[in-house]
Amino acid sequence: VENVRLLDRLSSRKAALGTLYLTATHVIFVENVSETRKETWVLHSQISSIEKQATTATGCPLLIRCKNFQVIQLVIPQERDCHDVYISLIRLARPVKYEELYCFSFNPKLDKEEREQGWKLVDLNEEYNRMGIPNNYWQISDINRDYGVCDSYPTELYVPKSATAHIIVGSSKFRSRRRFPALSYYCKDNNASICRSSQPLSGFSARCLEDEQMLQAIRKANPGSDFIYVVDTRPKLNAMANRAAGKGYENEDNYSNIKFQFIGIENIHVMRNSLQKMLEVCELKSPSMSDFLWGLENSGWLKHIKAIMDAGIFIAKAVAEEGVSVLVHCSDGWDRTAQVCSVASLLLDPYYRTMKGFMVLVEKDWVSFGHKFNHRYGNLDGDPKEISPVMDQFIECVWQLMEQFPCAFEFNERFLIHIQHHIYSCQFGNFLCNSQKERRELKIQERTYSLWAHLWKNRANYLNPLYRSDHGQTQGTLRPQMAPCNFLYKFWSGMYNRFEKGLHPRQSVTDYLMAVKEETQQLEEELEVLGERLANLQKSQLNDDKVKSKQQDRSKQLGLSTSDNSLANTPQEYSNDLKSFPSRSPSQGDEEDSALILTQDNLKSSDPDLSANSDQESGVEDLSCRSPSGGGCLPSEDSGKDSDEAVYLAV
Amino acid sequence: MEFAELIKTPRADNVVLHRPFYLAVEGTLCLTGHHLIFSSRRQDNAEELWLLHSNIDSIEKRFVGSLGTIIIKCKDLRIIQLDIPGMEECLNIASSIEALSTLDSVTLMYPFFYRPMFEIVEDGWRSFLPDQEFELLSSVTDEWRLSCINKEFCVCPSYPPVVVVPKSIDDEALRKVAMFRHGSRFPVLSYYHKKNGMVMMRSSQPLTGTNGRRCKEDEKLINATLRPGKRGYIIDTRSLNVAQQARAKGGGFEQEAHYPQWRRIHKCIERFNILQESLIKLVEACNDQSHNMDRWLSKLEASNWLTHIKEILTAACLAAQCIDREGASVLVHGTEGTDSTLQVTSLAQIILDPRCRTIRGFESLVVREWLQAGHPFQQRCAQSAYSNSKQKLEAPVFLLFLDCVWQILRQFPCSFEFNEQFLIMLFEHAYASQFGTFLGNNENERSKLKLPQKTMSLWSWVNRSEELSKFQNPLFEANSLVIWPSVAPQSLQLWEGVFLRWNRPSKFLDEAHEEMINIIKYNKELQAKVNALRRQLAEMETDDRMQENL
Repeated sequence: VENVRLLDRLSSRKAALGTLYLTATHVIFVENVSETRKETWVLHSQISSIEKQATTATGCPLLIRCKNFQVIQLVIPQERDCHDVYISLIRLARPVKYEELYCFSFNPKLDKEEREQGWKLVDLNEEYNRMGIPNNYWQISDINRDYGVCDSYPTELYVPKSATAHIIVGSSKFRSRRRFPALSYYCKDNNASICRSSQPLSGFSARCLEDEQMLQAIRKANPGSDFIYVVDTRPKLNAMANRAAGKGYENEDNYSNIKFQFIGIENIHVMRNSLQKMLEVCELKSPSMSDFLWGLENSGWLKHIKAIMDAGIFIAKAVAEEGVSVLVHCSDGWDRTAQVCSVASLLLDPYYRTMKGFMVLVEKDWVSFGHKFNHRYGNLDGDPKEISPVMDQFIECVWQLMEQFPCAFEFNERFLIHIQHHIYSCQFGNFLCNSQKERRELKIQERTYSLWAHLWKNRANYLNPLYRSDHGQTQGTLRPQMAPCNFLYKFWSGMYNRFEKGLHPRQSVTDYLMAVKEETQQLEEELEVLGERLANLQKSQLNDDKVKSKQQDRSKQLGLSTSDNSLANTPQEYSNDLKSFPSRSPSQGDEEDSALILTQDNLKSSDPDLSANSDQESGVEDLSCRSPSGGGCLPSEDSGKDSDEAVYLAV
Repeated sequence: MEFAELIKTPRADNVVLHRPFYLAVEGTLCLTGHHLIFSSRRQDNAEELWLLHSNIDSIEKRFVGSLGTIIIKCKDLRIIQLDIPGMEECLNIASSIEALSTLDSVTLMYPFFYRPMFEIVEDGWRSFLPDQEFELLSSVTDEWRLSCINKEFCVCPSYPPVVVVPKSIDDEALRKVAMFRHGSRFPVLSYYHKKNGMVMMRSSQPLTGTNGRRCKEDEKLINATLRPGKRGYIIDTRSLNVAQQARAKGGGFEQEAHYPQWRRIHKCIERFNILQESLIKLVEACNDQSHNMDRWLSKLEASNWLTHIKEILTAACLAAQCIDREGASVLVHGTEGTDSTLQVTSLAQIILDPRCRTIRGFESLVVREWLQAGHPFQQRCAQSAYSNSKQKLEAPVFLLFLDCVWQILRQFPCSFEFNEQFLIMLFEHAYASQFGTFLGNNENERSKLKLPQKTMSLWSWVNRSEELSKFQNPLFEANSLVIWPSVAPQSLQLWEGVFLRWNRPSKFLDEAHEEMINIIKYNKELQAKVNALRRQLAEMETDDRMQENL
């Protein structure tokens, strides 16, 4: 469709005229302005809602909201075209078969071997070995090898040695969806462990001997402690309501030596509504400070994040400080339980705070244990009530920790944002389906690529420059402040307003430091080369033998890098005639990243920032729209009504 | 008066000091004329706490049996608790602190007694003289002149003796303009934008009154700053409503009819007790350890502090935008022109002028736009967030300015030569200091108090390399561009370094900062080494070549 206008959310005066293309996988908007040809790419799978608004004199507006928090506003001149686009997008954004998803057509030009290697990057057996398992207390169980006991669990599970097949099967029959207690994390220093399951089918009085034996076996696997914590991550009221349906929670009287604890994390429906409310605040047009803070509070989002963190902190403390094992469950044990177990693991084990370790953690607590990615993130058309930002919340918890412990994580914010993007993108096979069983049936590993390999290949972009493996902050357990330091939890504009570049700090400390570190490395190399040359020269002078060094040119080149850096840090100038762009800016990095995975059909597809907004100068333009650039229109109190004049002018 | 009269118990033993995030320490408490000194007697870790009495905002006392407790709340927002055995001692100490922290006479303040223990390299009182500033200006334009009309402070008591005015306006006209402006603060030059020759001026409100009085000289003065055919902007830091109400009291604003070349924009920036109450509410919220997540956000919102930040920054950005983008000159004023006006003019300069983002340039800005411009520091900073007395003159105007600078610094972390600590240091010294810099309400009072002769300048201390190194931003790379900050709510944050300084653990953030410094330091070391080696090689190679040629 031609002559479509892409509106700028911050200012309705500024709209880009261009052409809209629909392909099998993307919506593409190409600007008409010939020298830039700015392109905006949106994956169909990222589209969360499409809204057709009332036709105006200028055309028919179409509002596209994306799951990665991008909002795109288009105005299409012809109502009929708009309707066609709308209908097509509705269909394209809601595929009904897995085979329609992008990952089945996405081809990053890797051969079969590379693809297999990619899938092998994260190996969970290796991970359990790293924890020190199997050992005297824990063993691998193949009881679920054909998904016969529990179809949402993986085939390989780790259970206490003393838990016989009889106990496991018995316990599984007493648990929702047969998700019996299995090992999530083991602390080899003190034998304490984190296990996870679903709720027991206890109703008001039912009990199950095998289930009780199962918990007993978990306790015995930690000889240092005479009890275990059973943590129900639901609010007490919710758990009690479940009893009426024959489910519920453990009765302390029936289980020997357990301490039972509720931690009130709300359910997926509350979380979905909370995010919705927060996004409405993010979308407000020039909100006042009060609108923003009030809306943020009203959404309850940060309160929920804190509840998840507090649960993780409680468990980490039990394991690290008290040496007590913990069994965690919620209702089905695949949402809140996954959040809480992974936050606790992250706090406990520095390995999970490395890039590789984080991939392993996601693979372990989310992918293998049957977090329902397809339902939660709406990859296929399904029940909208199943959709909920469960993983988004976990990712935000990690970010909040990164803010409090700036040196503790090997990866940076961009890493988290890109993982969030790919949970929804369906470009890689990792997060497809609802369980390992479904993924195996679809032969995901043979037909799609692994995200982890892609991220690993570009890991230089995701490094935190402040991370040092021998730094004090990277060692041991992280101990974040519990209540009452609520002010530690902050709004993450880097995520929820990530496409409004004008709102973010204009200079990135991370990128600056990465550039410095890169230069440092070059300097180290040069120092070595120069040292050698000096030694040679001294030798040759002694021998009265002149050897012209060929390295001279090279060192000159390296020398230039110093001045490059000072130039590179030139921040954005907000005039429109600016042509150069700071090479230390984050979007530049993204472009390089995405350039590595250009597809054969020249679909510049995959990378989040690029597909969303390939124009490097967007940051510049964002702001230039804030200054009333010419037009002879003088801002004064009379023109106060025209709030688009300049953001600064808005009364 | 002898301080000894006020000190009934100069010393108490077995006092226990409590601070957040530290273990309680036992030690000895001493009171001197200007300090409260606590020293722990532990041999392994001798620790001393020196607190200026003038830093104390309020104190509370409590008794449990014969054990007394004094809670001291400071102007730098810190709260400490002292447990003092013996009721009498405790009462004596509390009353001494109360008396010593609320001395009436300026000349009894510590700066008049302080003797520096460091070598004075440069006298800070002479570091930023108006003539030097004017020299910089006259190297780029000859449209302005230094006027000594205010010698002896006879025309305007809150202006410095010399001011910069348009060359075409003589002193006689200035006198007439002074009569037409509130507190005689006639329009003077605040900033000259080299890029396009546009200027920012500041003044107080015109005294138009209800009958629309006008002053031809005033019109002529501000028109003299316009290029032919160009228009300018008057940024009034009050809402239109407030400005209209001011007419009833003899004040007012520039009527369009009389100033046809000027467009007036009203930006509402709050003043006085509204700001003071906002600070009190904010600090209360930050210190409240009991609330849950929701109440924290609603209290932050209810304090309105960030709303004020947004308003001030927005007005400053607007002024900068008019100058740099519209190519127009700007006049900024509110009522008196000593508070919100200065916030706007000084922030606009930080946005526009790279020099103001250096340490020296920022100091110069504080001297020009705050001290010499007559911001009444002594009145505004007499009390801080814990004050019980409701006086009308206190307001955290300067703190808001520093907070706005921090917001810009956060958005442009590589464009400032100074760091957050530098801003915090200025906040502390504005409220309580051993230096005379922030004493008095204007240059007139400072000269009467003979501050330059009798006290030490803050700048004499800061501008020594030992101190400067603490305030330098390791990420700084000179940036000659105009920097446009975002004023969206998502971009503005609570200044934790000030408001949560005493009630959050900062260890991990400090470590991160240290790491940052190390990364950059190591890089610089390597660069130096590489350069040295390169030079050495080059020399040897030329030697070689010379030998070859021989």
